Amino acid sequence: MTTANTTGARDHARAQAAAAIGDGPERPAGVDATNITFAQRIPAGGYANVVLARGTRVRLSDTDGGACAHLLLLRAESPWERLNVADTVKVPWQAYLGAGHPLLSDQGRVLATVLTDASGHHDTLCGPSPAGRQGLRMAGVKQGLEPRDIGPTVSFFRGVRVESDGALTITGGSGAGAAVELLVHLPVTLLVANAEHPLDPTPVTPLDLVAWSAPGDLALSPNSDPEYLRAVENTEQDWHARTLEARA
Amino acid sequence: MSITTTRTVVRDETVPARASWSAVVRAGEQLEIIDLHGNQAVDCLLYNAADHTDRYSAQATITAQRNIFLGAGSVLLSESGAALMTVTADEVGNHDTVAGACSQESNTLRYGHHTRHQHACVENFLAEGLKWGLGKRDLVSNINWFMNVPVEADGTLGIVDGLSAPGKTITLRAEIDTLVLVSNCPQINNPCNGFDPTPVRMVVTR
Repeated sequence: MTTANTTGARDHARAQAAAAIGDGPERPAGVDATNITFAQRIPAGGYANVVLARGTRVRLSDTDGGACAHLLLLRAESPWERLNVADTVKVPWQAYLGAGHPLLSDQGRVLATVLTDASGHHDTLCGPSPAGRQGLRMAGVKQGLEPRDIGPTVSFFRGVRVESDGALTITGGSGAGAAVELLVHLPVTLLVANAEHPLDPTPVTPLDLVAWSAPGDLALSPNSDPEYLRAVENTEQDWHARTLEARA
Repeated sequence: MSITTTRTVVRDETVPARASWSAVVRAGEQLEIIDLHGNQAVDCLLYNAADHTDRYSAQATITAQRNIFLGAGSVLLSESGAALMTVTADEVGNHDTVAGACSQESNTLRYGHHTRHQHACVENFLAEGLKWGLGKRDLVSNINWFMNVPVEADGTLGIVDGLSAPGKTITLRAEIDTLVLVSNCPQINNPCNGFDPTPVRMVVTR
């Protein structure tokens, strides 16, 4: 196929898509395909940026056991409200992410809640590696954000534990097939970079990211802590004030 | 024969309880923070004075030293990995950089909605940052000098009684020109300052 003229170059370019072998993410069982709003397989070194509606359920999957999802959430319509990692560990009195853990904004609201966790190997303390930070910056700039909008992040699928003297121990991932599901409580811009953990140089493998509409999940009660319930109350009040839409 | 080191005092200021403070500490200058009455938390943010987008990174600092506690020898890194300041002396130990600053909003979660209008560190940071052209998007996880936040084996984390005492100090050397923002924590609902905020003294020498 010649590319010496525009017709040939066009035909050559178009042929690539036709010949491509799809390498999309696995669709979660039990989710109606028509409800899926976003699905990408993010390779090592890759990143994604997507705006997600309130009531979206997000599944992050460590398909091959080496993913590391450096994640940041920002309020979609007002990105100066964003994930506050310090509050996310301080308010629930818990440094380790797991089912029921809220990802809190700096405004005392829940941006997302971890609904299920089949990994248990996550990190709130170390932030992204330089490659992860660069991926997050690239993801952010595509949403009109600046480097200063990329604050502290959390990392899924690479664990860190704190010893009694404060020292850190890496615990790696939990193996192929682990997944985490988040429920989005407010419209958010989700930025994610799949890059090595700064203390864990294990080679990175693909990360699957699938999102689907699940507004009914807003009625779930994944956590009964008083701090969590007040965060949900703040969230619902803010949403009602902005939209006059009562809680689902 | 004794060796006497003479340093010139650039600033010597007392920050009242609940108040904020800021200054550019020049490369090579030393900042001494004196916990005048003991058990006072001093919330602190650092910025490269020449480029405020390169700011203190608690996560990069924790990663580099593989330990969550700050103390003597800790190098306080920016997001780009630049050394902003180094802790050259520490009479206390176990300073926190995980738990962040109190805010009106987080107080409602931690203690109840009746705390909504109490003064908080994020407000101090915002007010002090405005003097330097900084806004809300420039705030990140900070340092809490003299604040003790252990993490237990199961991940339980919380602010407990401090290890400081009247007159205890922490000493920092600026590696590059560094903008230092401080909120002398107004928190009255937890033991970070013995439920009674007190003044601290900031001494810059060169």
